[in-house]
Amino acid sequence: MAIEVRNVCKSFKDVDAVRNANLRVESGEALALLGPNGAGKTTLVEMIEGVQIPDSGEIQILGKSWKNDEHFLRQEIGLALQETRFQERLTVEETLRLFASFYQLKKERTNEVLEIIQLESKRKTWVVELSGGQRQRLALGIAILPRPRILILDEPTTGLDPNARRDLWKILEDFKATGTTLLLTTHYMEEAEFLCERIVMLDQGKILADGTLNQLLDKFGEGDLIEYVITEANPSVEARALCGVISSNWNNETGHGLLTVNSISETLPAFLDLIKSSALTLSSLECRRRTLDDLFLAMSGRHLDE
Amino acid sequence: MNNILLRLVISQFKIFFREPGVVFWSFGFPIVMAWILGIAFANKGEILRNVAIVSESPQALSALPQWLHKKTGTVNTELSTEAELEWEVGQNSGEQARFRFRAMTEEEAVLALKRGKIALWIETDSESNLSYRFDPDNAEARLTYLLLEGAFRQQKTSELKAEVRPLTMVGIRYVDFLVPGLMAMSIMNACLWGIGWNLIELRIKKLLRRMVATPLKKSIFLISHGLNRMILSAAEMLLLYIFAYFYFDISIQGSLSALALVFFSGYCAFSGIAVLISSRVQNTQSGNGMINVVTMPMFILSGVFFSYHNFPDWLIPYVEVLPLTMLTNSLRGIITEGIGLAQVIQPSIGLFAIGAFCFSLGLKFYRWH
Repeated sequence: MAIEVRNVCKSFKDVDAVRNANLRVESGEALALLGPNGAGKTTLVEMIEGVQIPDSGEIQILGKSWKNDEHFLRQEIGLALQETRFQERLTVEETLRLFASFYQLKKERTNEVLEIIQLESKRKTWVVELSGGQRQRLALGIAILPRPRILILDEPTTGLDPNARRDLWKILEDFKATGTTLLLTTHYMEEAEFLCERIVMLDQGKILADGTLNQLLDKFGEGDLIEYVITEANPSVEARALCGVISSNWNNETGHGLLTVNSISETLPAFLDLIKSSALTLSSLECRRRTLDDLFLAMSGRHLDE
Repeated sequence: MNNILLRLVISQFKIFFREPGVVFWSFGFPIVMAWILGIAFANKGEILRNVAIVSESPQALSALPQWLHKKTGTVNTELSTEAELEWEVGQNSGEQARFRFRAMTEEEAVLALKRGKIALWIETDSESNLSYRFDPDNAEARLTYLLLEGAFRQQKTSELKAEVRPLTMVGIRYVDFLVPGLMAMSIMNACLWGIGWNLIELRIKKLLRRMVATPLKKSIFLISHGLNRMILSAAEMLLLYIFAYFYFDISIQGSLSALALVFFSGYCAFSGIAVLISSRVQNTQSGNGMINVVTMPMFILSGVFFSYHNFPDWLIPYVEVLPLTMLTNSLRGIITEGIGLAQVIQPSIGLFAIGAFCFSLGLKFYRWH
């Protein structure tokens, strides 16, 4: 067992940041803590990192506790915090070598890491001159320097553009192959889906759901979605009777409709024929698979990116 | 537009007043400083001006109190058994001053001048003529001379022939007094701003938290900051000394090992204070205020720019245990008086103790994130 969290609670003044959290992460597993801002992800992760002390409950990392085995655990955990501003006037290589010295690592390891995080060409560049994505890669490089058994990343791609995000994902995907346990917090469902086999959804300090992507989506029910908006006022659309429709939701005031269907390719042509024969106009149409955001919305009434 | 401006201003007020630390350092601290400085400087008439009466003749020395009593002749004089005389003049004229006369040999007067215990000395000859001896570049000494001369004139003792004989020899000039003080102040600033401020900044950047999330020992991390600034500070000291040596002709009279010990102990004291100051602070405004609250009183009280012996007698024992005072006095002793290792051991132990206490306390309560 890599991480075990038992009945952990943490509050700040009158805010319950984490409420009775229970979590077990097996060695080699990649787990995402998914939730919107303020869900309690960072607080939970900080308690796992040993930065915050739980008000109650117990946390064991690799079978050891922060209270008794801090030095050992610091050697075994690599982490990248949500926002760290490294010394601006040190170069990338100097920063890595400084942190490498804390783990008594040799220069070869910093060279290896520079290659992994694809910053070899920036080794002599001052940190202040790096882009946001490059800085995050440097933070990741520092996290993986000691070849940690557990890697904890707190919102590693927040604020990055899509290209920079994908670069970081690629590095993490390769690193996962080494068998390191990965614990990641994010509010991007794509990130959780792409990098982790297991997803834990949090909101307002509580764990709402825990499972693989398919397990979570199955909880919500089967089927794909057709979302549409009708331009005309007070239209009458009888889509429920169409072939392959599992359920139909319709808001007469706004003209918004949502069909849950067995197969988009089976139902969509019939749906478009219905719109045409009813002399209605679609102002928008979206066909998609169910997402974690749909599940989160159903459970919490909020979107993940709120 | 006006509404936007108003909203912006109101929002900024709210942000300001919702940060209690910032409110205190903005409003409370200036009031506290005004109160302290007001007490220290508002009653200038209360400041004691120490004057030595120098005569090499043992008989003259023992007769000095009577001589002065005769010369001043006022009812406000107090004759102590230790050849000291306090004389207060001009209470109703707006030129009030308090003098304390001490009988000394010239050798003792030179030492007292170096230590800032007197502002000037008066020499008398067999015909009771007076010579005022002081550094004309020292504003405090000139003021003491003018007040004293004015007071004697009022007492109709100025029929005596009086002359000013400027003291310009190396070792007892004002600059000899000033340079060691500046060195001590430089050590204090290097530690409090160079270490304390730096650590506060690292906390704000969350780098402090990142560093200690590694196997790095926290005490090693703090000591590394101290060592770094110590080397830089030693270089600063050296440069300042080289400048003073060539430009002001100041040279170290005492032992270099004593100087090294004092430098190191002073550095330890202020490094410990810097760690303590930075231990809990979470924003730059509070950090700035905390450093100022420590440095400002010592700037004023510790005798860097002018002697603290002018302060009331009750205050002096407290001033003398301030770390900057201990450091300044020790450096001054080594550079101008030529004192050795034995004489600086006691203040060095005091400085080490202050440093160790503050460092331990700071480390115990340090906020790493």
